[in-house]
Amino acid sequence: MNTFLILFFIIWLGGWWINIKISNHKDANLPRFIVPSLFGIVILLMWELAVIGLQINPILLPAPSAIALKFSRSLDILWIDFVQTLVKGALSGYILGCGAAFLTAIAIDKFNFLKRGLLPLGNFISALPIVGMAPIFVMWFGFDWQSKCAIVVVMVYFPMLVNSVQGLELVDPSRQDLMRTYSASYTQTLIKLRLPSALPFIFNGLKICSTLALIGAIVAEFFGSPIKGMGFRISSEVGRFALDMVWAEIFVAAIAGCLFYGLIALIEKRTTFWHPSQQK
Amino acid sequence: MISVSDVNLTFETNDGPVNALKNVSMEVNEGDFVSFIGPSGCGKTTLLRVIAALETPTEGRVTVNNMTPDEARKARQYGYVFQAAGLYPWRTVSGNIKLPLEIMGYSTSEKEDRTRKVIDLVELNGFEKKFPWQLSGGMQQRASIARALAFDANILLMDEPFGALDEIVRDRLNGELLNLWARTRKTICFVTHSIPEAVFLSTKIVVMSPRPGRITDIIESTLPKKRDLNIRDSREFIKIAQRVREGLKAGQSEDVF
Repeated sequence: MNTFLILFFIIWLGGWWINIKISNHKDANLPRFIVPSLFGIVILLMWELAVIGLQINPILLPAPSAIALKFSRSLDILWIDFVQTLVKGALSGYILGCGAAFLTAIAIDKFNFLKRGLLPLGNFISALPIVGMAPIFVMWFGFDWQSKCAIVVVMVYFPMLVNSVQGLELVDPSRQDLMRTYSASYTQTLIKLRLPSALPFIFNGLKICSTLALIGAIVAEFFGSPIKGMGFRISSEVGRFALDMVWAEIFVAAIAGCLFYGLIALIEKRTTFWHPSQQK
Repeated sequence: MISVSDVNLTFETNDGPVNALKNVSMEVNEGDFVSFIGPSGCGKTTLLRVIAALETPTEGRVTVNNMTPDEARKARQYGYVFQAAGLYPWRTVSGNIKLPLEIMGYSTSEKEDRTRKVIDLVELNGFEKKFPWQLSGGMQQRASIARALAFDANILLMDEPFGALDEIVRDRLNGELLNLWARTRKTICFVTHSIPEAVFLSTKIVVMSPRPGRITDIIESTLPKKRDLNIRDSREFIKIAQRVREGLKAGQSEDVF
């Protein structure tokens, strides 16, 4: 037993004890982020101490401090990779794919016969394996971000389509009848009734797709990319056993993913405040 | 005003055709308060929906203000109040009342004027900015009535508007509805399954029976037009309620099932 491992157990039990104290505390005024951030700090400390105490090979698991050091020294590269993969690849594909799926959903809603054709087609596209499509898209759209954008479009299209179609279908019949008694036009009914009531479903689709887009853009780079991008960096740094850089990229992806998801959830809260799921 | 003659309506369902309305004929005159009463499945809501052009009869003739129901719907001749309040939860009370006015293209000042007027009428002052889910069931239904009155159609079609409310609130809203009817001089068609409610409110009561949905009795009320809740203890009231009950019973004994 060395001192690092003793510290490891002290911090583990200490963190545990504090969290129990906080959870038993009746005061609801405590900020909500205290428990999760305390949990995160304890995990990081334990990770650090275990890696040093057990002398774990940095290839297997680098210490958080080593990852932080690498992160701060590679900000320029990480930024270039972030722009290449997440902004150009993932975000453009996300907007295109979700936008196209949303418009398709409105078309399906208006012309019911499309449902029989387009939903199975969407299902089929979503069943295509990404590892097969990625190299093909690289040949079609080139090495740069355009092929990653295409992969993301394919990945997000179907989940977004299914959610939007379902949202538009599930309009309350008496609310629909009400619009009929006003002799409202198709567009008026769409804008004033069907889209607002479909919003909770549309946001579900957007949230699911936000993580899919992230994964799709990174994985797609494994099958051909210019010498930048998060997926490219991860695969090439793994080859050089520079696992601290791989972890730094993972960290960027996790932060970006959480922020993006949080942003969508925030917009959802603002626009669907009336839905029972948003009320406490 | 509204005339229904020899209307038949058959729904095609998976279990075969269902005869929702059979040989239904009746008249509603201007300024009438007509109640449709009967057990579930007697076609009272279907009949109201036929008048509103939300259903199309298989046979027969219906006119609303001397137009076909569909023409009347397009000319916005009636306001409809649904069983569940059917308010849009993303709109405030005044936003909900403005909804028909927006669709019908009223000017902004006109929208404000009319909204204020009907909010006064149903006594919802101070609740304009509330969302429907912040209101009690009774207040929601009042907002719903205000919405149906906003564009000043001369017919009001109401499908069990107070069905989900407790009796105390229902009594109060019944009284308020009578006041509103006296002040606005609308023609009201009102679906209910409560005998006291039908007798208290109506100038004419249409008693209906199920399988097939049909009219078993039409009662012209002898109660004075101006009435309050105490009238429910009068002999006249009890006599009419008796006749409604007999009409409902007659429908049951003719039941082929």
